[in-house]
Amino acid sequence: MTSNMVEIHQLTKVYHQGDVEVAALRGVDLSIAKGEFVAIVGPSGSGKSTLFNILGGLTPPSAGTVQLNGQDLLALTDSERTDLRKRTVGFVFQKYNLLPTLTAQENIDIARYIAGNQTSDDPQFQETLKLLGLTDRLNHKPRALSGGEQQRVAIARAIVNHPALLLADEPTGNLDTENSTRVLELLRDLNHRLHQTIIMITHNPEAAAYADRTVHMRDGRIVPG
Amino acid sequence: MGPSPPPTTAVGTQKLTSLESTTPGFVSYSSPSVGAPQSRTQYTRSLVNQLVIENLKHRPVRTGLGILAIAFSVTLVLTIVGLSEGMIEDNRDRARGAGADIIFRSPTASFGTGGGSAPLNEKLVPFLETQPHIAMSAGVLVHSLQFPNSLHGIDLERSARMAGGFRFVEGGPFRNNEDIIVDEYYAKEKKLHIGSKIPLLNQDWTVCGIVESGKLGRMFVQLKVLQELTSNPGRLTQIYLKVDQPGNLAAVVADLKAKQPDYGINTMEEVLSAFSADKLPALAIFLKVIVGIAVAIGFVFVFLSMYTAVLERTREIGILKSLGASPGFIVGLLLRESMLLAVLGAIVGILFSYATHYLFLVLIPASMQQKITPEWWPKALLIAILGALLGTLYPGLKAAKQDAIEALSYD
Repeated sequence: MTSNMVEIHQLTKVYHQGDVEVAALRGVDLSIAKGEFVAIVGPSGSGKSTLFNILGGLTPPSAGTVQLNGQDLLALTDSERTDLRKRTVGFVFQKYNLLPTLTAQENIDIARYIAGNQTSDDPQFQETLKLLGLTDRLNHKPRALSGGEQQRVAIARAIVNHPALLLADEPTGNLDTENSTRVLELLRDLNHRLHQTIIMITHNPEAAAYADRTVHMRDGRIVPG
Repeated sequence: MGPSPPPTTAVGTQKLTSLESTTPGFVSYSSPSVGAPQSRTQYTRSLVNQLVIENLKHRPVRTGLGILAIAFSVTLVLTIVGLSEGMIEDNRDRARGAGADIIFRSPTASFGTGGGSAPLNEKLVPFLETQPHIAMSAGVLVHSLQFPNSLHGIDLERSARMAGGFRFVEGGPFRNNEDIIVDEYYAKEKKLHIGSKIPLLNQDWTVCGIVESGKLGRMFVQLKVLQELTSNPGRLTQIYLKVDQPGNLAAVVADLKAKQPDYGINTMEEVLSAFSADKLPALAIFLKVIVGIAVAIGFVFVFLSMYTAVLERTREIGILKSLGASPGFIVGLLLRESMLLAVLGAIVGILFSYATHYLFLVLIPASMQQKITPEWWPKALLIAILGALLGTLYPGLKAAKQDAIEALSYD
């Protein structure tokens, strides 16, 4: 058993587009320690989103070894990957991806419900909500929230079940400078305060600078920065 | 992005600055989760119901169309069944309204008290009246018209006496050979009044009286006139008999059957019991076909509705999948939605059946009578649910199998 949150060896992912095979990842090796905040940067087509999807259990790897919090992702069934998304991983997306019909609070609670989290009181999470500055916006639906507020709700939703890994895909991609800064500071604060392991996909070096470490990808491989 | 690089701090050592400290009117997060576990469970259940209801409210046109589609199939079933039962009941009531205890017919006489043929000799009427314990007899010639109408040739004095009197709403008895008496439903449907003309059997009849409904038929002319017009002089379709004492009924029927074995002799109760959808195999099959069509319509509309819903909500389904929602959760969510649509559709369909009942009553009360059939409401609800379940199955499974990555990138 390793103390790392993520252990990746020779990870490959091949997509089939008709008769054509497209290799999105071509032998990735990466270790991420528990409590680490890592930014993965690279141009479009570098494979960073594929890596994000594999680590999030959204798609299975083709070959190699991927250990996430001790779980071998290559061996997981669809159902086990669903469980991984439920309990082990939290997502923050560029487009926020809140359910438009529910309020901010309900968006957070539905994640708790799906995970089967019946905790009646969670002081740590309430502290987090204070940190996120959301307590007076919880009864609003997404359309009544600013982009920054929506992204903070998405962060709250992602961490409500205390996931081992928080995956953020271009979390500031749709935000202005002020809100981007606020969201990045929040991610860094969550990392420092809760020792939350975070992997952030970004193409922005300034955003990556908030992380403890930056990993560069190009053409499906990790390359020196 | 801020121009200055962020401070690099060792993990866990930076002092946090809560955004709440800068937010005026701060209130603490008060999820209904804080409290007893029971209320938490209730809350999470209601949260999913909330999601279902909000999804339906979020797309009011699609939801409205889905409800209307289901309501349409429910109304179709309730209206057809109501018409079948209503028309049978109306016939039964009018047969009962004849006031007879026994009906005397040809042995080959068909269902009910209708006719079209005239197999009986009218001399049987005075003959039957001489039989023991027969208090009264009245012969009728029934001439079938365009469905569902028929023209009754009657001896008004005898038929009225047997029926306990014909109550005239307007006008009075026959005065001329061209006179016709109609019941109030027929008069209402055809907008007839005293003196109105009705073209039947190649001649114009003049309405001389409008009687209360529920006695034998809807249109009456003099027996002799109808016999002549239909080339059935001295012939009858059936003869109604009244016994002197109800206690003698069985004995009279037995006696008549013994003496007149070549005729169909039944108590009126026996005849009335034949006025039932259960005793009419063709009608039962017809109703099954209609129910099948209704289920098919419900299925098609719900299928289209839920299929569209799944397409419209591809991204939302992707979001739920990213949160770890299982295929069962997704299918369950859609099934809850369709169940809600089915229940609402069934309720609206039941209300619509009152509307069709009212329309038949106002527009064609003589031709069609739709009964309100509460005993069919649970069946109609089941039909709606069955249609909704079948219609949701494929879109639900499609949604459950949807690729989360593709769904999340769907715009």
